[in-house]
Amino acid sequence: MSSSYLTPVLTGRTLLRANPVSKLFAAVVITVALMSSIDWVSATVVLGCELALMPLLGISVWGLLRRIWPLLIAAVLGAYGTALLAEKTGDVLLAVGPVVFTEGSVAAGIAVGLRALALALPGIFILLTTDPTDLADALAQKLHLPHRFVLGGLASLRLVGLLVEQWETLGLARHARGIGSDGSVVARTRNLLGQSFGLIVQAIRRATRLATAMEARGFGGGTRTWARASTYSPLDAVIAVVGLVVAVGAVTTAVLAGTWNFILT
Amino acid sequence: MTPGLVPPQGAVHVSARGWGWRHAGRKAFAARHLELEITPGERVLLLGASGAGKSTVLHGLAGVLGTQDEGEQEGELLLDGAHPASVRGRAGLVLQDPETQVVLARVGDEVAFAAENLSVPREEIWQRVGRALDDVGLALPLDHPTTALSGGQKQRLALASVLAMEPGLLLLDEPTANLDPDGVLEVRDAVVRVLERTGATLVVVEHRVAVWADVVDRVIVLDAGGGILADGPPGTVLVQEATRARLADAGVWIPGWRPPVGGTLPSSGSGPALLSARELAVARTRRGPAAVEDLAIEIRAGEALGITGPNGAGKSTAALTLGGLLRPRAGTLVAHPGLAGTAGSTPHRWRSPQLVQRIGTVFQEPEHQFLTASVEEELTFGPRRISDTVDTARIAELAERLRLTHLLRANPFTLSGGEKRRLSVATMLATAPRLLILDEPTFGQDALTWAELVTLLRELVDDGVAVLSVTHDADFSDALGGATLHISGGAGRLVSR
Repeated sequence: MSSSYLTPVLTGRTLLRANPVSKLFAAVVITVALMSSIDWVSATVVLGCELALMPLLGISVWGLLRRIWPLLIAAVLGAYGTALLAEKTGDVLLAVGPVVFTEGSVAAGIAVGLRALALALPGIFILLTTDPTDLADALAQKLHLPHRFVLGGLASLRLVGLLVEQWETLGLARHARGIGSDGSVVARTRNLLGQSFGLIVQAIRRATRLATAMEARGFGGGTRTWARASTYSPLDAVIAVVGLVVAVGAVTTAVLAGTWNFILT
Repeated sequence: MTPGLVPPQGAVHVSARGWGWRHAGRKAFAARHLELEITPGERVLLLGASGAGKSTVLHGLAGVLGTQDEGEQEGELLLDGAHPASVRGRAGLVLQDPETQVVLARVGDEVAFAAENLSVPREEIWQRVGRALDDVGLALPLDHPTTALSGGQKQRLALASVLAMEPGLLLLDEPTANLDPDGVLEVRDAVVRVLERTGATLVVVEHRVAVWADVVDRVIVLDAGGGILADGPPGTVLVQEATRARLADAGVWIPGWRPPVGGTLPSSGSGPALLSARELAVARTRRGPAAVEDLAIEIRAGEALGITGPNGAGKSTAALTLGGLLRPRAGTLVAHPGLAGTAGSTPHRWRSPQLVQRIGTVFQEPEHQFLTASVEEELTFGPRRISDTVDTARIAELAERLRLTHLLRANPFTLSGGEKRRLSVATMLATAPRLLILDEPTFGQDALTWAELVTLLRELVDDGVAVLSVTHDADFSDALGGATLHISGGAGRLVSR
């Protein structure tokens, strides 16, 4: 458990230097391309590009695997479930009682699994390579989102990290009062609900105090300046173009291969 | 003082004309009938009993009490003739709890935050950040994580953060109440340096008067019933017999005076051993590093023990482990039959209802242990976990002894700081544990609550209860006597008296 969501351990030397807005742009165009069609070709192209780009982005394969292995399992399970339940077209590949896999259903399953991974990776790349403070600066200065909203979100991130600590303390404090995580299922459920309520009460009180501290430092006015300038560099243009190329390339390849399956038609 | 560095707008003049504030949903005014003039550059210590409205006055001056939805205002409170909320940045407020004031992840950004909010140009922001960090003596890189600071450093950071606004009025709400003695001096000295450079007006609220008595040139005592009880230079207000008596009645800590306590100084324990620790290593989490190693201590019935040491040394972790709440990392912790009864000798394996009859642990933050919606329910909660019938006479006696009888219907969260502390101790005593563990029981308490607590604990020890307190309040340790386990640098050393 990292001690703070505001200071996560970051990696990926190239993307670290980029402006969060260019990363978001690339992720969004790739996501739109992927969401437009359910086919295995476009998903494979995107996933292949993402994996091939990893060394350039400075993200280590093992570092990534360590963080996303639950996602891999989920993708495999999703693929299996789809293959099992999708429309049974094409030749039968395997039939054991009610369990039937056909060429068509397996292709659909693979497409779903690949798409899930291809969709998830850009977001994970951004998480791994973006400092929350830089993200807030970029959202407010470049995308001109309201600064109260952006900075409020940033400040609350720190409180989210503290929730874990607070939950543990509350558990100990309740145990000391004679109410613990033992007994029947009903008693445990009631205890869990009680502790959750206690956590909410504490979280609100904490947030209120933080809000007072922020207000006492002049937060909440109409305008403000920014101590850190959020800037674009040539790298950001490269990232945006690469995102576009990957998205357009995936769609073009799928259309040429005849697998393009636009969801709105 | 370097003339060129004085803030452009200068020190603030404060005036209150019949000012009062009632929080929405409350019947009584938190502060009322306040008539006050504070001239620019004056340094004021604001005193008063718990509930006299000291914090409300500071929040009012800082302009953070809110709008009509959040309360009702009477009269006027003005900074240089203007409403405090309309002159953002003229007043800088530092709050009591170092943990709840940090907004951002890095030291530099944290200090810059207030200047950004005041629309200071970028180049000037970073000049102000450097100057503010210099002022408070925090020689840290700008990208130093704010989580990796001690309590005293966090309070100095909070001070630097408001200094970046270049306020003409510095408001400090019990800035050192949660700090160890070193941290107290760190913060006090930083404030003095800042005032010498900027010449700003100061209003500080603090129970422990001795810390600020030499720094301020005026002491104002608020009357709990509204208005002002005493006003004058510290040499007069804090020395004159008449005002001293009234300050003592109000629970203010006056230099050279300790509130009278009842009971007798406990002698060192000769009762049967309750709990023994040998080569005990304690850790907050299962996998994290051990906070303290190789602890040895024996706790006997009818003795008072202390745990001391700097902030963050692992005192609380040690206390939670001795209290059976955390699993020991290594070594042995044995509960003897006099404590364990039929429950086995390893406290951390006890189920909650078993634990609550044997060891009572009072947490630093009373609110963490409140479980119900009324004081009465809080008091009967523990006994109900043990048996279906509750000894109501005993509960009534406990409530009487801790002056909670008139509050039985009240919601625990709405009590004052002193009342919350008394209730959190009472809830633990309701199940008559043989060992009572308290984590910083006197943090932020006024002298009256302090004296009550000491008297009660002395009586408990006299009745054969063992009392273990984590504290850096030397007066408190003196008043309870007993040996002290001093923890620092990951090791513990038992100091006998």
